[in-house]
Amino acid sequence: MSVTTKNPANRRYTIRLFVLMTAYVLLLILAKWMFKRGLAEGSLAYVLALLPAMPIIGVFWAVMRLLVEQTDEYLRMLMVRQCLFATGFALFVTTIREWLQNFDLIAAGDHGFGAAFFWFAGLGLGALYNRITLGEGGCV
Amino acid sequence: MKNRLKVLRAERGWSQADLAEKLDVSRQSVNAIETGKYDPSLPLAFRIADLFDLPIEAIFKKGE
Repeated sequence: MSVTTKNPANRRYTIRLFVLMTAYVLLLILAKWMFKRGLAEGSLAYVLALLPAMPIIGVFWAVMRLLVEQTDEYLRMLMVRQCLFATGFALFVTTIREWLQNFDLIAAGDHGFGAAFFWFAGLGLGALYNRITLGEGGCV
Repeated sequence: MKNRLKVLRAERGWSQADLAEKLDVSRQSVNAIETGKYDPSLPLAFRIADLFDLPIEAIFKKGE
C-alpha cells in the first residue's frame, strides 16, 4: 500500500462516492421533472422531494465509513482533521447566515446552499488546511 | 518525538515507498513520521521496531 490509490478503503470510498453522486443527479432530474409537470402531489410530493436528499445523506455515511475502514492511521488522522474542519466551517457559515437573517439583514432561505453544501466545501478546505500545515504529507 | 527512521531506512537502502510497503502503510505515513509531523501509534511503533529488529527506544526518543 505504497500509494493512496491502492488503499482499499480509499478505493471503496471512491466507488461509493461515484454511485451516490450518479444517483443524486438521476433522482434530482426525476424529482424536478415530476414537479415541473405537476405529477407530484400529496404524499408522493414528499417522497420525491426527499429522494435527492438520500444520496447526500449517503455521502455522509460514505465519509464516516471511510473513517471506520481506513487501516492507515495517518490517512485516517488526515480525514478526521478534514471532517472536523468541515463541521466547524459549516456551523460557522450557517450560524452567521442565521443571525444575519434573524435581523433581516439578508434574505431568508438558503438559496440552495444548505449545511450539506458548506460541509462538503469544508471538506475541500480541510484538505487545503492539511496541505498547508503538513506539507506534501498532508494530501490524502 | 524524535526518531531515527530516515537514517535506519537509508542504511538499508530502502526508499520511503519500500518502507511503506514493508509496514503496510502509505508513503505519506512514512514521510510524516520521518519528518516528525506525525507520531505513530504504539502498535505501528512496535511494527517499525520489529522490522528494524531494534527496541522502540532505539528508534524513537523524547523531544520535539
